[in-house]
This record gives sequence, C-alpha cells and structure tokens, in this order.
Amino acid sequence: MGTLFPVAAVLAALVVGAVMLLLLGASPAEGFAAMIDGAFGGPRELADTVNKAVPLLLVGVGITIAFRANVINIGGEGQIVLGALTATALALALPDWPAVVLLPLGLAAGLVGGAVWGAVPGALKAYFGVNEILSTIMLNIVAVQGMNYLLRGPMIDPAEIESGSRIPQTMRLPPATDLPVLVPDTRLNLGAVIAVAAAAVVYVFLWRTTYGYRIRAVGLNPFASRYAGIDVKRSTVVALTLSGALCGLAGAILVFGSESHRMVTDGSTTGFTGSAGFNGIVAALFGGLHPIGTIPASFLFGALLVGANRLQRVTQVPSALVIALNGLVVVFVVSSAIWKRRLEQRAQLEAVQTGDQAAQTSLPGDVAPAAADPPGHESDTDDG
Amino acid sequence: MGEFFTSAVLVSTVASGLRLSTSYLFAAIGETFGQRSGVLNLGVDGIMLLGAFGAYYTVLNGGGLWLGMVVAITVGLVMGLAMAFTSVTLQAEQGISGIGFYLFGLGLSDLLFQKLVGTPLPIRGFPELRIPLLADLPVVGEMLFSHSIVVYAAFLLVPVGAFVLNRTTLGLKIRSVGENPEAADTLGVSVAGVRYFTVMTGSALAGLGGAALATELGIFQQNLTAGQGFIAVALVYFGAWRPVGVMAGSLLYGLVASVVLQLKTLGIIPRSASELAAMLPAVLTILALVVAVQRERQPAALTKPYERGA
Amino acid sequence: MRKLIVVVAALALVAAACGGAGDEAGGGEGAAEQPFRIAVVAPSAINDLAFSQSIYDGLVAIQEEMGGPTKVELAVTDGTFVVEDAAAAIRDYAAQGYDLVIAHGSQYGTSLQEIAPDFPDVSFAWGTAGDTFGLPNVFAYEAASNQGGYVMGVMAAALSESGVVGIIGPIEVGDAKLYVDGFAAGVKAQDPTVDVTINYTGSFSDVALAAEAARAAIGAGADVLTGTAQMVVGAVGVAQEEGVLWFGTQADQTQLAPEIVVASQVYHWEVVLRDMIDLIQQGTLGGEAYVIDLANGGEEIAFNPGFDLPADVKQLGQDTIQGIIDGSIVVPAGG
Repeated sequence: MGTLFPVAAVLAALVVGAVMLLLLGASPAEGFAAMIDGAFGGPRELADTVNKAVPLLLVGVGITIAFRANVINIGGEGQIVLGALTATALALALPDWPAVVLLPLGLAAGLVGGAVWGAVPGALKAYFGVNEILSTIMLNIVAVQGMNYLLRGPMIDPAEIESGSRIPQTMRLPPATDLPVLVPDTRLNLGAVIAVAAAAVVYVFLWRTTYGYRIRAVGLNPFASRYAGIDVKRSTVVALTLSGALCGLAGAILVFGSESHRMVTDGSTTGFTGSAGFNGIVAALFGGLHPIGTIPASFLFGALLVGANRLQRVTQVPSALVIALNGLVVVFVVSSAIWKRRLEQRAQLEAVQTGDQAAQTSLPGDVAPAAADPPGHESDTDDG
Repeated sequence: MGEFFTSAVLVSTVASGLRLSTSYLFAAIGETFGQRSGVLNLGVDGIMLLGAFGAYYTVLNGGGLWLGMVVAITVGLVMGLAMAFTSVTLQAEQGISGIGFYLFGLGLSDLLFQKLVGTPLPIRGFPELRIPLLADLPVVGEMLFSHSIVVYAAFLLVPVGAFVLNRTTLGLKIRSVGENPEAADTLGVSVAGVRYFTVMTGSALAGLGGAALATELGIFQQNLTAGQGFIAVALVYFGAWRPVGVMAGSLLYGLVASVVLQLKTLGIIPRSASELAAMLPAVLTILALVVAVQRERQPAALTKPYERGA
Repeated sequence: MRKLIVVVAALALVAAACGGAGDEAGGGEGAAEQPFRIAVVAPSAINDLAFSQSIYDGLVAIQEEMGGPTKVELAVTDGTFVVEDAAAAIRDYAAQGYDLVIAHGSQYGTSLQEIAPDFPDVSFAWGTAGDTFGLPNVFAYEAASNQGGYVMGVMAAALSESGVVGIIGPIEVGDAKLYVDGFAAGVKAQDPTVDVTINYTGSFSDVALAAEAARAAIGAGADVLTGTAQMVVGAVGVAQEEGVLWFGTQADQTQLAPEIVVASQVYHWEVVLRDMIDLIQQGTLGGEAYVIDLANGGEEIAFNPGFDLPADVKQLGQDTIQGIIDGSIVVPAGG
C-alpha cells in the first residue's frame, strides 16, 4: 500500500505538468501519450529508459548506503565525473588490451575514481569536522573544472588539435571497452546488468554482513553505536567512499556505454551526468532507501525522464518545461513519504491494539532518525 | 607579479570581490536563518533564479527597480511558503526536496523567460552610490564605499542578522527550535511557526539576491546564477551558522574568484592553467575550513523534521 | 516493494500494448506537397543571443524564404546540454522521419557518427565542425569566426586610444578559441604595440564572472572589449556602464548596448542551409562540409548604425574584409 504513494505523487506532479502544458498552448493528452510512448512504446524506447535508469540506480544504491550512515551525499555529480575520467584515462592508456580484461579494469577504475572523490569529503568530515554538504558542493565545482581542463588539454583527441577544431573530447575509446549491447537494434547494454548486480551486492553487504550492520546501526543512533564500539568516524568515511564508488561506476558506464564511445564535455557536469547525481537520490527515496527497491524506482524515474524528453519533441514546448517537471516530480515524491509513514504508524498502532507481535517491527525508516530514537530500538528486522 | 600589487589593481580587485560576494551573501544570510531553525534549503539557487527573473521582467516592463525588488521578495516568499510546507508540515527529506525546488526554479525561470521575454534587452541597475566623505578616502574609498546600494544592503544584512539571531527574542526562539525543538515546544514556542518564518524569510532573501544579481548585471539569462545558490548554502556551513562567519566565507570566495580573474587578465596565470585557477575559490574554501578547525556543532535539529510526541 | 514492481510492470505492459513504434509527428496537410521537415537539437536556449540563437535565426529565415510553416516544418529541441539526451533526440527525430536533423553542437558530433549510418534516408547536419565522417548522409558546417574576429580586431586596434584591448572567453575550445585567436591576430596585425589581454573564465554560463572579467580588463586599461559565448552579456553590460567599446559575435548584439557596440559578426547560417536543402531535395543527403565566411556572406560584419564610427576606421574594416575575401590577407587559424 505504502509504495503507491510515490506513484500517486508522480501522477500529481504530472497533473500540474498538464496545467503547464495547457498554459503553453499544448495538448496534455498528446503530451502524455507521447510520454508513455517515449518511455515504453517499443524495444528501443524501453532500452533508452533502462539506460537512463542505470546511473540513477547506481547513484541511488550508493545513497542508500550513505543515508544509513546518516550522511548526505550530494557530491554525486562530481563523483560520476571523476569515475568517468579515471575509466577513460585507463582505457586510453591501455588501448591494446583485450576486452575481457580491459572492460572490468576500466569499470574498476571508475569505481576507484568515484571512491576517491567520496573519500575526500568523508575524511574531511570525519577528521576535520568539515561538513560534507560544503565539501561535496565545492568538490563538484573542482570536478567540472578538472574535467574541462583534462578534456581540452592532456586528454584531448590529437585529431582535434590537428584539424584545429579543438572540440573538448577524447579519442574514440578502444572498442574493447564498449559495453556489449544485449538486445540487437537497441542500445540496451551490459550496464543494466552491472547496475542490478551492484544493487544486489549492496543489499547483501548491508543486510548480511557485520560491517553492513554497523553502517546501518550508526545511522539509527550514532551515540548508542559509539557506546557499542562502532567507530562512527570510520563509518562516515566508508559510507561516503562506497557511495562515491558507485557513482564513479555510473560514470564509467556512462562513458563506455555512450553513443559516441568517447568522453566529451560541454563545460558543465550536468551535460555529462544528466543530473543523475541528484535524480539518483530521488530514486533512492522513491525506492524506500532500499537497494532492491531502488531498482523499480529508478526504472520508473528513468521512464519519466526519457518520456518527458519525447513529450518535448512532440509538443514542441521549450525543454525548460521538462526540467521544471523533473523538479515537481522530485518535490512531490519526496513529500509523499509522510503519508507512507503515517500509514505505517497506523498499522503499528493497530498491531499493538490487536497484540499482533509479528507486525510490531521498528520503522524500516525512510529517514534514518538518529537522536530522536531512545537507545534500544536497534532491532532491525529484515526488510523485504 | 609586480603588476598585480599596484594600488589601482588591488583596489579594483577588492571592489570586484565585494560585488561577486553580494549575491552569495543575500542568499547565505537567508539560509542561515533557515538552518539555525533546523531546516536545510538546497533549493536556494532555483529561488534566486525566479527572483532574478521576477525583478528583470518587472524592470523591463517599466516597473522600476524598487518594484522589481518587491516582486523578487514576493516570489521568494511564495517559494519559501512551498518549501516550508514541504519540509515542515509534510516533513519531506530536506536535502532532496531542496533539489526539487532548484530544478523547478531553474526550469520555470527559463520557461517564463523564453515565453514572456524572448530576445533579452538590457536593464539598468541601481546607480553607484558613493557614501559621502568615506568614498573620498584614498584607496579604501574606491574599494569599499563606491558601490551600488544592493552591495551595501547585502553587507548590512550581516550585523542585522547577527543582532536578530543573538539579541532578540525571535532569535532565541529560532535558535532553540534548531537546537532542541522538543524543549522549545514545551515552552510554548511554535516550532512550525518559527520554521515557516525562517524558511520564508530565507527564501525572500534568496529571491532578493537573485534580483540583485539580475539588476547588477543588467540582464537575465537561462541559469543566470550558474550555481551560486549552492555555493551560498555551502557558505552557511563554512560560517558555522553565524552571519559574520558567513560573510567571511562569501568574501573569501568572492575575493579569490576576483584575484584569479585579475591574474588571468594580467597574464600572470597562463591560459593553459585557466581551469585549474578557476578551481581555486572552491579549493581554498575547503582548505580554510580545514585549517580553521572549528568544532562548532551544527544546530542539533538541522534537517530533522519535528513532530510533537514523535 | 513487490507492489511497486507489479505496478511498474503493469504500466509497461499497458503502454507497450497501446503504443506503436512511434507515430508520425504531424506531416503534410493532406494536399499536394509534404512540407520539408527540419529538426534541430541545440545545447543552449534559442534566445541566448549567441550560439543556439544563431542557428534558430537561420532556420527561421529559411522557413520564411521557402514559404512559411506549411512549406517548412521546424522542430526545435533546445537547452539540450546533456549529450546523451541530445543523442536520443537526434535518433528520435530521425526515426520520426524528419528530412534534415541538425545537431547544432560540437559535442554532439561523436554521437552523430554512430547514429547517422542507422538512418541512411535521413540527412544529418553537424555544426560547428568540418568533419562529415566520410558518411554520405552527413553534412558539416562551421563558421570561420576567426575571419570576422580578425576584421574586428583590426578595427579595435585602430579605435583603441589606451592601447589595450580585452577579450573575454569561456573555455579555450572550439569556436570560442577560433574567434578569440582571430581577433587577437587582427589586433596585432593592425598595431603590434597594442596589448591584448585574454581571459578564459572557465564557464559558458557564469554571467557574473564574465562581468567582473570585463571590469578587470578595463582596470588593466582596456578601452575596447570583445568576447564570445552566452555569458558574455555580462561583459557587454559592464562595457556599456564604463563607456568602453564592444565588438560582438555570433549574433547582433547591438540591442544589448546601443551606445557602445561598434559592430557584431553575425552568423547567417541560411547561406549554407539553403544549399543543404537544395542538395537534399535533389537526393544528395550529405558529404559536404560548409564554412560560412566573409566571402559567401555567411558571416556579416553588422555595423551598429547608432554608433559613430569614424569613416577611416570603417574603411579599414571594409578593406580588411575585402582583403580576406580576395585572399590577400590570410587569417591564422588554430594553434
């Protein structure tokens, strides 16, 4: 029942979107038909939706780790870029290696690049008390300038210099790093499988390992956790590092799975990431901050974004509408969480009334409430 | 390098740095109020854009600068109301709802701009206001006292904000709501009321900051703020939630950016290093915080929605 | 969780059942002719007074020339700075049967290279660049912005009384670099003693930074400024305020500062669009790389009629234009 609220929220946002379409002189019916068609209308469209969802999923899964450790990671944009840069650099450095080695290595490089870019704010917070919102915002800026510098300088395609056109892009990456296409005639690539696998791995990590338990415990109550001997500082660093790593992996997949098989910049982070660093956070919330839940959530969100682009092309409204719509969806979805919580609270109260032991679980927790909970509520049952 | 250390260059660098700091400062002081009461608003950039467009459109259509400022403040209040409703009443996850507002503001401001204005025409901002006597001081006069009124207003907000936060009952309420909402509640303070107030005020200031930017630059454009709102939010953390600290952060950021521009113009920073130089304001801000090693704790209830009895 | 998956799956099934593989987005109005359908994907807003505006203006001009919206159907997707989204848009327009799909962004080129072969019956155009990838259905177009830059640089040097000229750029890449280098070369050619300060701010969109960069240049003594990219409106505003002269590029920037804009290098993409459309209608879908320059009228130095330009300087400019056209003046490119 609770999972319908985000869907209802999306629909509510779309209603506002419909009003905006009307005001712009476009037909909402035509627009939304285009939206659904653009996201689901055929194998190519579905593939585009999935490809759009992949970075959202990876970022979102990373967020589920960070949130559990009570850490907000809005550095996703920069971490995606860093991952892409390291993966690209590796691929350019080892052009003759076979795919079976180079591709995993390249993806691993992306993981590392993003991990570093997450570790820095993590360490800054843990050891210097520098708030992670500040450091991640600043590092996003550093990342984009770094990307621009590298892509127009050391990493630029020599052909660009020769022809004098100076487009800030790399050479075509070795075909060994092309993510294999899974369904012919579409652009659905291996990245989808990797992302889902990553979600599964993180689920196992968070719920089935001691270390994962510690990370979740820190989020629920840092004071009690410290009392129990869990190093809160370390957990913060680890959480941001892992979250960054997943964003970095998303960056690597974006490059290796791109239409052009090169890394190219337009001068901004969003030009490369498509705001996945932000939208991925929403996907995570949509999925209940659960790695597995983030899978359908990012698919739906990806569908929304891809569909909205088709809406723009068909109705010819300014693409600024799509951005505004994106924002509306985010606000509505995030706001809908309260209804879900109320529902769960009601269910718990009822369970208490009827003495139903099994239903009396502690809140799975969309938001990891820390100091508000008295210690002793650490019993976290398995979330399905 | 010697060329940089001439009086003329230094004066214009500092003056330029002050101007760059101005729009950060409006938004950051506003955000300080909100965060002090426990609410994080990451949508500042979007609200700045809407305020900027509101002011630009008003002035473009003959409404005058003051009306433009009023429009921007109103736009900010409306967005603040929405943000407060989302964060306080609906208790939505603040970091993310803020991003949603950002995207909404970014898109809507551009949409309105394309539909209502089309090809942009320039507008005239506030004239330079030389403060009598002080502006005639050598060096310092040009640097500090020959700016437009929006610059002075931004810096005036600092002592005003500090006064309100530290020496008024309102400020006490704000701080207590941010530190310990349960206690404040039992003492009869309306937690929601205070938070609505601070978020709306903060958003109004953000709108004003956007208007200041648009009128100073004399134009509007898609994504005019280019991320300044996010930097403003970051600066609140830098300033340890104190207006003076926030001002220090804004100045640091603005002055470093200004110095970089100056060094590029003089050729001291070669073109090959222009992106690396552009990183400097961000890097130095982080370093400054590392070096300063403040242990200032953030408001304990920051980003935590409050529900009585929860 | 399970419920969510079910809902999503249901939606997908319903949509797949309902939707075809993409409808035709409008088409001919019944009667005799099908309109010529052009789609353009651009990275910034079409009212940015710079890059994206230039192609939009060119397309609108062509549309008028060819008889209006019933003869030429125009679809625009602007603000597409996300390269993967642009690729999806290009692909989609091609699949929807547009006759000419224009990828107006140098960052789109590498994607276009992969897309074009999948749609051999669609003509693509890539700007601003000179590479058609050897594909039969790809046109390329670029602007020799260094030419107009050179001409205006010459005039700037002649007009400058302080002996300092300032250039504000975004990032040192592509068309921006070409223009800046051309302008600087023009200044030096006219008067080697004039100082040129070049400032790449690091962003295409940061207007405030551009404004302060202009102030810094003025502080360094510049009394003539120029710049490129959409953020440059900030610099123009400062120039207006300080009474410093401005040369613009990519679009006519006179309206931004009617008192101090001397001239603008206006792009007339119609010059090459006309040719492309002709070729397409005759069955040749690509293979040509176009350059708009002073010679073919694709670039025009539009003098601001409201600015009192001394006759000798204007003559100097026009002589330079002529020199470039007839080849006696060679403008350096790239480097």
